[in-house]
Amino acid sequence: MLNRNFDVLIVGSGHGGAQTAIALRQSGFGGTIAIVSAEDDLPYERPPLSKDYLSGDRPFERILIRPATFWRDKDIAMLLGRRVVSVDPQAHVAALSDNSPLFYRTLVWAAGGVARRLACTGGDLAGVHSVRTRADVDRLMRELDRVTRVVVVGGGYIGLEAAAILTQLGKRVTLLEAAPRVLARVAGEPLSRFYEEEHRARGVDLRVGVEVACLEGRDGAVRRVRLADGQAIDCEMVIVGIGIAPAVAPLLAAGAAGSDGVDVDEYCRTSLPDILAVGDCAAHVNTFAGGKRIRLESVQNANDQAAVAARSIVGALRPYDAAPWFWSNQYDLRLQTVGLSAGHDATVIRGDMASRSFSVVYLKNRRVVALDCVNSTKDYAQGRALVAARAAVPPDQLADTSRPLKEFAAEAAI
Amino acid sequence: MSALTGTPKLVVTDRSGVERTIDGEDGLSVMEIIRNAGAEEPFALCGGSCSCATCHVHVDPAFAQAIPGIAGDENDVLDGSSHRGETSRLACQIVFRDELSGLRVRIAPAD
Repeated sequence: MLNRNFDVLIVGSGHGGAQTAIALRQSGFGGTIAIVSAEDDLPYERPPLSKDYLSGDRPFERILIRPATFWRDKDIAMLLGRRVVSVDPQAHVAALSDNSPLFYRTLVWAAGGVARRLACTGGDLAGVHSVRTRADVDRLMRELDRVTRVVVVGGGYIGLEAAAILTQLGKRVTLLEAAPRVLARVAGEPLSRFYEEEHRARGVDLRVGVEVACLEGRDGAVRRVRLADGQAIDCEMVIVGIGIAPAVAPLLAAGAAGSDGVDVDEYCRTSLPDILAVGDCAAHVNTFAGGKRIRLESVQNANDQAAVAARSIVGALRPYDAAPWFWSNQYDLRLQTVGLSAGHDATVIRGDMASRSFSVVYLKNRRVVALDCVNSTKDYAQGRALVAARAAVPPDQLADTSRPLKEFAAEAAI
Repeated sequence: MSALTGTPKLVVTDRSGVERTIDGEDGLSVMEIIRNAGAEEPFALCGGSCSCATCHVHVDPAFAQAIPGIAGDENDVLDGSSHRGETSRLACQIVFRDELSGLRVRIAPAD
């Protein structure tokens, strides 16, 4: 019979949920722990879904965060294929979709988000896919043999990575971005233009500033994407990478503060008693965003907030103050990012973009706030200290590749 | 020595100093082998993309010559660690081979 009482109940089996459980056990926490997840799979790494899992280079066993034996050995119960639909914070009860209750002392909400779907006509046709879960990608991969033309809607990292893999698999790919440039939400214009050109050079029909009017199908399957200007693009598959909606409705319905996500303090505590939140859905005040309340959709944020949440649960409070980092693989380009570039007021290019190894340094009020490093791991590794110190370095010096970034980090520390 | 017979082994010392002998698997990275054996610590957070250095290990000097050399990116990431030593490597970048049986690594402290 299903045990229904847990000292710590974790909702969500992504990086944040899994790492919260791992960190609790590592700290010696001896109480009962369960992870409840709408997904059917044990915790797995999400980034490969748009990279080497999609390409077939890494099978599922190789993206598991831990093997099945680990969760058994650590006595972490896995309640998979179950969705929490409501929470009663006073009674300390989370209700599943069949109305059955789970009782907790502490609830950790790590439910992440749900891939946004196209709201237009045809958005629900067969052949229209998201890239958020293993099930999404398995469905997509099962159809690939019969597909020659793919339209990717959305020029964020997921869309661009999927476009790169599908192009390498021999598909004819069209990528549509509504904004005037790809990566508009997360990177500066030089990086956007660089990636647009790389994709076009590989044969992707990449279009920016275009709006999808509807999807047209035959026998229930997508056959065409119709643009607002009337143009049509024939295809057998559509991949929608237009972001996620944070999965926090049960918490907000229970009275938790929040709007885009659920608000947490620096210890990952929501406004509800004994309920914490971590990862993509946790709206937190981030010092690397200039003290703004943001959500960060990244492995770094999920893992580091999980560590903070675990400490909060065992009473060893430590505030969240980790420098954001991120990576993206497209073709033979490895992008590594440290810091947050949103809100920057100047950029400096280090190196020659044509050489396909360079960095974009982002400044705000003359201080380094982020770096996007393409095939430039040295700058990524050394630039971290500049971001952490919010170092003030003159732009002409930053552009001088004969000077390694660690020189500036040493100066900034003085 | 039984290094060339039976299941190849990897000897791992974790951050708290506990030593474990685990089964190796030819073709997997040392990071994957350690993770599959159930690492209790935050480990390999980036899944092997040479971005986080949480799989930083110190390789027993006796094996330092036996494993392929360090690549530029790996070297650059390790440069950012304050625990870098003579035989520091990223476990995600070392491909385990049967002939490496008996390889000993110690997981570096977290940065």
